[in-house]
Parts: sequence; C-alpha cells; structure tokens
Amino acid sequence: MSQSGNSAGTPWLFRMAWRDGRASLKRLVLFMSAIVLGIAALVSIQNFGRTLEETISGQSRELMGSDYLIDSDHPANQRVQGIIDSLGGPQSREVNFVSMSIFPGKEGSKLIRVRAVEGEYPFYGELRTQPESAASDYQASGSALVDATMMLQFGLQPGDSIKIGQRVFPIGGRLLEAPGNTVVSTSVAPAVWIPYHTLEATGLVQTGSRLEYNYYFKAPPGTDLEILYDKLDPILDAEDADLDLHTDTSQRLGRRFENVGRFLKLVAFIALLLGCLGIASSVHIYMKEKRAFIAVLKCMGASRKQTFLIFLIQIAGIGLLGGIIGSSLGLVLQQIFPRLVRDFLPVELDWATHWGPVFLGISLGLLMAVLFGLLPLLSSWFISPLSVLRIGEQDSPRSRRLTAGVLFLILLGIWGVAAQLLGQPIRALWFVGGIALTFLLLTGIAWGLMRMIRRYFPHSWGFEARQSLLNLFRPNNQTLVLILAIGIGTFLISTLYFTQDMLLARAKLDDATPSANLILLDVQAEQEEAVEEMILPRGLPVLENIPIVTMRMDQIKDRKVDDIRKDTTRTINGWILNHEFRVTYRDSLIPSERLLEGTWVPEYETAEGPVPISLSDNVARDAEVSVGDRIVFNVQGVLMETEVASIREVDWGRLQLNFSVVFPRGVLEEAPRFHVLTTYAPNEDTSARFQQDLVRAYPNISVLDIRQLLSVVSDILDKLSWVIRFMAFFSILTGFIVLLGAVRTSKFQRIRESVLLRTLGAKSGQILRITALEYLFLGAIGSLMGVVLALLGTQLLAYGVFEMNFVPSWIPFLVVFPLISFTVLIIGLLNSRAVLKSPPLEVLRKEGV
Amino acid sequence: MSKILNVHQLRKTYQSGGSELTVLEDISFSVSSGTTYAIVGPSGSGKTTLLGLCAGLDTPNSGSVALCGRHLEDLSEDQRAALRNEKVGFIFQNFQLLPTLTALENVSVPLELQGDSKATEVARNLLEKVGLGDRTHHYPSQLSGGEQQRVALARAFSNRPEILFADEPTGNLDEQTGERVVRLLFDLNQEAGTTLVIVTHDMDLASRCNQLMRLQGGRILESVNTGTV
Repeated sequence: MSQSGNSAGTPWLFRMAWRDGRASLKRLVLFMSAIVLGIAALVSIQNFGRTLEETISGQSRELMGSDYLIDSDHPANQRVQGIIDSLGGPQSREVNFVSMSIFPGKEGSKLIRVRAVEGEYPFYGELRTQPESAASDYQASGSALVDATMMLQFGLQPGDSIKIGQRVFPIGGRLLEAPGNTVVSTSVAPAVWIPYHTLEATGLVQTGSRLEYNYYFKAPPGTDLEILYDKLDPILDAEDADLDLHTDTSQRLGRRFENVGRFLKLVAFIALLLGCLGIASSVHIYMKEKRAFIAVLKCMGASRKQTFLIFLIQIAGIGLLGGIIGSSLGLVLQQIFPRLVRDFLPVELDWATHWGPVFLGISLGLLMAVLFGLLPLLSSWFISPLSVLRIGEQDSPRSRRLTAGVLFLILLGIWGVAAQLLGQPIRALWFVGGIALTFLLLTGIAWGLMRMIRRYFPHSWGFEARQSLLNLFRPNNQTLVLILAIGIGTFLISTLYFTQDMLLARAKLDDATPSANLILLDVQAEQEEAVEEMILPRGLPVLENIPIVTMRMDQIKDRKVDDIRKDTTRTINGWILNHEFRVTYRDSLIPSERLLEGTWVPEYETAEGPVPISLSDNVARDAEVSVGDRIVFNVQGVLMETEVASIREVDWGRLQLNFSVVFPRGVLEEAPRFHVLTTYAPNEDTSARFQQDLVRAYPNISVLDIRQLLSVVSDILDKLSWVIRFMAFFSILTGFIVLLGAVRTSKFQRIRESVLLRTLGAKSGQILRITALEYLFLGAIGSLMGVVLALLGTQLLAYGVFEMNFVPSWIPFLVVFPLISFTVLIIGLLNSRAVLKSPPLEVLRKEGV
Repeated sequence: MSKILNVHQLRKTYQSGGSELTVLEDISFSVSSGTTYAIVGPSGSGKTTLLGLCAGLDTPNSGSVALCGRHLEDLSEDQRAALRNEKVGFIFQNFQLLPTLTALENVSVPLELQGDSKATEVARNLLEKVGLGDRTHHYPSQLSGGEQQRVALARAFSNRPEILFADEPTGNLDEQTGERVVRLLFDLNQEAGTTLVIVTHDMDLASRCNQLMRLQGGRILESVNTGTV
C-alpha cells in the first residue's frame, strides 16, 4: 500500500471532474452566466477602447490633414514667418473662425465655422465634395464649399450664394468630408471653406475677432517630427505660436473621451466584480450540494487533495468556458459601440478584433473563477468522510491562516484587475480599499443587527413575526451571508447608477430653458449701443451685456513670463504663459461661482496700488499663485499690475459665460473691448428674424442659438446615455444572478426548518408569512445599506476620479432599494414553494437535508 | 486465524451543548479474517459511531484500532483514505452512490483510484454478477432502491477488499428486496473470501453472521458466537 495516497493520477481527476460536471451542468450554468456577463462587458469595453485608440492614432494625419501645424491667435510675425519659410516642403495656410452667414434669396442665417484656406491642404485624408471637382477648383474660382447637411437644411444648391461678412460667395459644391469634422461640431457650426485670398473682402478680420491662424506642413519623408518639435516649439512658444504634431491631435482627441472611458471602465470593473460575487455565491451553493459526493469519495479512498482538485478543475473549466463565451459575446457587443458613438467621432471606426482584450477576458474568466471559488472550494478539504454515515456531521475546523491567505489572494486579484483596467495602481488600491471597507461595514451592520434583535427581542409580537425575527440570529442563520451579498450587489449597482447620473447630469444642459437663448458674440464696443437698440424695440430683453478685454500675463510673482518660459525647471503650467485671457469686469459673483479664498472686491475705488482681481481655482493652481500674489497683465500693450484678491470655484459645466480672470469695476472700462450680449427670443420665428436682421446689419457679430444647440446636444446625450445605460444593464443583470445565488444559498437552511414547522402542523400561510418577513427584512436591510454606502462611495469617486460635483438622485432609494427588497422576497418565496406544495417527507428526501 | 480488525479500549465522546456526551466507552473486540461479524443494538447505542471508527472515518478519543495490520491512530487522514481504498469496502443504508455518475462509473471509481487500467471491465463484470448488466449507463436516480443497493454491492466488492463494512444494508429496502440484497451480499462475500462487519438492528440478518456483538449505551453488552458457519 502506498504510504500517503492512492494511484489515481491527473487524468483520473480530469475524468471525474468531467463526469460530475456533465451531470451538474444545469447548476453550473448559474455560475457561468455570472462570469459570462462580467467578461462580456469587460472585453467589449476594452476592445472598443483599443479600436478607438488605434483608429484615432492610425488616422491622426488624416485628422489633422498634415504632418504638423503651427498655430497662433495672431498672423505670423517676422520671426515665425522666417521659421515657416525655412521649413520648406508642401505648405498651406488657413484662417479659421466662427461667423454668421446668410443666404441671399433664401430665408435664414446660420452660425458657421469659416476656413479660409490657401494651398494644397489637406495633404492627408480627403476633401470630399459634390461635385468632386469643386474640391480642387474652389480656390481658383473664388467659390465656397458649404457643409452638405446645412445646404440640405436651407434648401441650397451648388450655384446658390452664401454671404459671409461683406462678401457674397457662389457655392461651389457640397462639403461631404473634411479633416477634423464631426457630426457634433458641424451641427453647431457647420464648416464653410473659402479661398484664403477672399478673406480680406469679408471684412471679418478686425480687432477682437477670434481668429486662428494655422500653417499646415507636409514633412519630407524621413523627417523626425519629435526632433523638429523639440527644436522649434520653444522658439515658437516665445512668439505666441505653437507647433502641433499630428500625434498631438489624436492625444487631445483621446482625452476628450476620458471621462466616458473612465465610466465605461468602471462599468466593466463593477460587472466583473458582480460576476466574481456571483462566482463566490454559486460555488458556495454548489459545494454545499456536493458534500455527500465528497464524503463518499473520501470514504472510498480519495485523498483531500484529490477531491479538492476535482472541483477546482471543474470550476476552472467553467471559468475558462465562461471566459471564452463572455469574450465572444463581448466581441459581438463591441460592434454596437461604433454605431452608437459615430457622431462623436471625427473618424470612421473599423470593426477590429483585438486579441489582447480577448485573451485578457479568457484569462480573467479562469483566474476570477478560481480565485473567487477558492474559499467555498476549500470546504471540500474539511468535509469529513464520516458525513456518509452521519447526516449533519460537522466539518473539521478551517485553518484561519488558510482563509486569511485566500482572502488576501482575492484582494490582490481585485487590485490586479483594477490596476490593469484603470492603468493606475495607486488608484486601484483605493478601489480595493473601498470595497474591503464596504465589506467590513456590511459585516459590522449584520453583526450589529443580530445583536440588536437578540437584545431587544419583541416578545410581545405574534408567532410568525417572532419566528421570522428568530431566524435572523439563531444558529445557522444566513443574516451575515445574505446582507453581505445583497449589500455588496446593491452597493455596486447603485454606485454605477449614481455615477452614470452624475456624468449625464454634467453633460446635460439645463432643461428649464436658460433665461437667455441667444448669445451675441464679438459685439464691438462701438456697436454695443446700436445692437441694444436693435434688440429692445422688438420687445426682446437685453439680459446680459458682458464686456470682454483680452490680455496676457506678463509677470507672475515678479518674474517675467518670458524668463519663466525659458526656465526648463519651471513647474508653472505652460498654457498660462501663452494664453490670451478673455477677461471681464463686474461687481458681483454669478451663480456658477463660489468664493474659495480671499475677499471679493466689487470696485477699484482707490485707483492706487495693484488692481485686486479674482482668479478661478484652476488658473491659480496652474499659475502657482495664491491670494496676495501679484500678476502683471499686458492689456493690449499697456502693463497693468494686479494682486490676487480672491480665488473662485467655477462650474465650467454650466452653459453660461464663465471667466477665469475677473477684474473689479473701475479699471478696464476704457480698455479696447468687445461685448457679449444675451437675449431671450420667445419663439423660433422671432429668433430667426432677429438673427437675419442682425447679421445683415453687423456681419461680424456671431449668434449662438441655444435653442438649436440644445436640440443637437440633447440628441447626442440621448445616444450617450443609451450606451451608458446599456452597459449598466449588463452589470445589473449580473447583480440579479448574484442575488439569485445568494438567496438560493439560504435555501438549505430554510427548507429544513420550514419542513419541521410543517410537520408540527404549521399551515402554508404561516410558513409563507414567516419566510416572507425574514427575506423582506434581509432584503430591505441589505439593499438599504448598499444604497447608503454607494452614496458615500460615489461621493469619493466624484471627488477622486471624475473630479466633479455630485448631487445624488433619489432613484436608487425609490427604485433600486424597493426593487431589490422585493426581488429577494420573491426569490425567497419561490425557494419555499416546494415546502408548501409537497408532503414534508418527500421534500426532505428530495432536498437531501 | 489472523485478526483483521483489532479494537482496544476504544472511547469516543462528543461535545453536546457545552457538556461531554460519551458515545462509546471501553470497547475492545477483534474480528478474524474471512469471518462475518454483526454489531447490533438499539438506536443511539453507538453502532454507527463504532463502524466509523473501525473503518478509519473518524478518530477515537482514546484506545486503538488496528485494521489490516495498521494502527489507524498512527495514520494521517489521507493515509487512512489510501488504506480504505486498498483494503476496505463499504455498503450504506442510503446506498450513497455518486448521483452524477452512472452505475458503471460508480462501480469503477474505487478501482480507478487504485490506478487499475481494467477498472471499467471489472466493474461491468460485477454489474453483470449483481444482475444489472443492462443498467450500466443508468444514473442512480433512474434506478430503484434495490437496484441502487445492488450497484453499491458491486462497488463495495470492486476493489477486492479484505474487509467490508455494511451499515444497515437493508434499512431503506422493503422486506423482499432486502432479503435479495442480503443473499447477494453473503454470496459475493463468500465468493471473495472477504471479512464482513455489519451494523444492524435486524436480528435475522445478524444471526446469519459468525459472531454477534450487542451494544447498549455505548458499551458492549455481550459478544456471542452464533455458531453459523
């Protein structure tokens, strides 16, 4: 006889795992479905992210239309022009700005983005027009290429006219595709391309106009763009110009999707965690059902290791299969994404399978199944073979060290996945800490609850209520397990809901129509009065008249900006040094602002000493200044010394004009300035007529029609929320499976007791009420705690990850909480239906209790 | 005749509600190879506990059990499992077939654990012998109680055990089926020359054994030679 084991080897273990698994397939489906959904969410999101990233970086030249560009808010000065000339190769220049346009002979006016182009631009990608020839001859013929959708809206045809500023252009063709256009950007301000040489004639190039000067380059083959950038950017920086490589464009674009990406990753992570919870609870049930099997095998001579391995192989196999099915489902799902987000993207997404996320999905299926199945799997080790002879035989005591080791492995696993998903190990550590804390809090709540009920037991209550309360704390109770499972599940689902809500609310514009729905931009100081006089006689109000003065920083805390710029060790954010600030002056804070530090100075009365100004917190942070520090501004040639008197928090998400630098009254009134006026047009007709008249009289003024913008934005938001809700649904579905598993776990305990009660003569109604009350109680406590903890969790997420304000909605309290409580109740009652319908002995035999 | 099972001053207690409950006290007896031995007694007399201790499924508080020449108290749990696999067979009151395995697979498991390459063939022959040659691919739930116990018999003999422990083998069967199963058990036992230890409170069944031990309150009340050959 062998000293420590039998002769059955690994193949036998696999054979036994297969034999048993084959007949237990139905039970394993619950377990597998939890994995499948989690992995599907993960793979689809990862794969979509990868596709998006690759498409954007793969098409970065097409997005920019060139290899690199030099851009500035000013025409190139001598030095910049010298650099441009020295660069050689194919070049193009463009002036880019928004303006109003009208269509002679037709009704209507429209805010457009004018692109006055000279040269062969775009060098990459396509300028697709209809007729095709228009793309190549618009410059020579002096015609305009007009966004195709806009032409459709206004019933325009090639050959019709468009008036931009003072000049009327014949429309040369429909603009179908151009570098950098998205449906979103073109909905707000559709692009109109005109020849560069016609720009002057529009009369729109004047002081205060917000023009972008772009110089596009096609680099000769073999040019190292990074070296070029390192060499030229510092020189251009000093001249208020920038060098952007095509790769920068794609990076910037990628950043635009950061928060949505973060949320989707959170969804994937939560779906996966819920899946893991599903694994733990379904393996727990499964192993309970396998007690007799394990005891018999041990009785026949199988070692502890062999019985453990048989089930480990099964769980790993199901995990692997779940991973494969989940990954395949994820691939199908990710095909839907590009269709949903097409409008946000300036690139056409190609359907591509990335094997990285697929491999990750499959390995995670395996890893998570084993990791989360390990704790319940370990029970096989401690099942005594004596259970074969004696029902209810206690298992050998578990090793605490082993349990702690497994828990540590689980936490390590969660951290690993979070770190991989978020790409930030430290932040992932916070996630794991948060989840562990939730776990501990829920455990504490469950223990506290049991102690409280025991201590303040309501002896005067009726039999059924007392019995159901007793069930919560007597030996073999399921209070801890169920409150943990329901609580964690609800916590994750509610966190997801709160986060989704927070993101959507952020993106959403105030539904209660903002008081102003027409914003008039670029109103020159000398036009201000005349424009007001155009508004008021129509019965429209002038809601706001905001003066704007442009300026740059010249000195920060006694250091010249030029010196700071040259300092290679500087920590001040670069944009501060080059930015042309649009500054306003007023005597009070507006609703989107909150004073954080210092004193708000409404008026500069003394006219002596530095001007007390207010900075937004982001500018103060990036410029590394605090209250009391001095900044010298260059106000169009005049140097003005200021002192930071206050720092404000600004909610940039609000659709209203916000300013990072605000001066008090009494300083800038005489400076060259332009104005932004806002008004409210009660209906589309009034709005359209006013816009037309205004553009005819003052072609330089642009009108932002909020009503129109709202409809475009709400359309986009609908699609975005659909994507988010669709993914959240996946997590919720997984959560439901977890719930099902958790409540089923308690089945073994409850059926035995219900049968005993029944044997003693309890009526169906009584058993039903006892069971219902117990599950209702567990469901309500577990889900309420989950929602409350989610509230705290989301607050932390809002602060730490999304950097947003979070105003919780009532939905999780009004919907999630009652829904989960009710679901627990229903599943619990369904579990007991066998007891209610069949004779006690039959139930005992069937359930093997 | 050599002793295959030697039990010496066995004592077993359990903790029950904070106090110690003595289930077996001062139990000593031995079983000779190739004989049949019945342990009888009323419910709660400690019969099943004693069977579990003799087969190495549990450990005593004091005393010793020597099974097939090995002192069980000196063996680890896995070593006891290996010993059971090589030398011991079991029959249980509630059959204890593995519900997810077919009849054939159930019978072949003990042999497979031994690494026997002819496990399936041997198992098939044994099923033929117990009259279930046509039920090899049936799952336990598809068999009647009598058929299940016959599969359990085939499984018990499949590893050619030196000693076979049977715990109330007819307890879950009607009289007629029980009688058939008992006859089959004794026939197979005789044919294989196995030592048989039966726990029962069926005196008819006990009287068929060579020796009979009566337990009461965890102690041996009497031990008699039935004279049955």
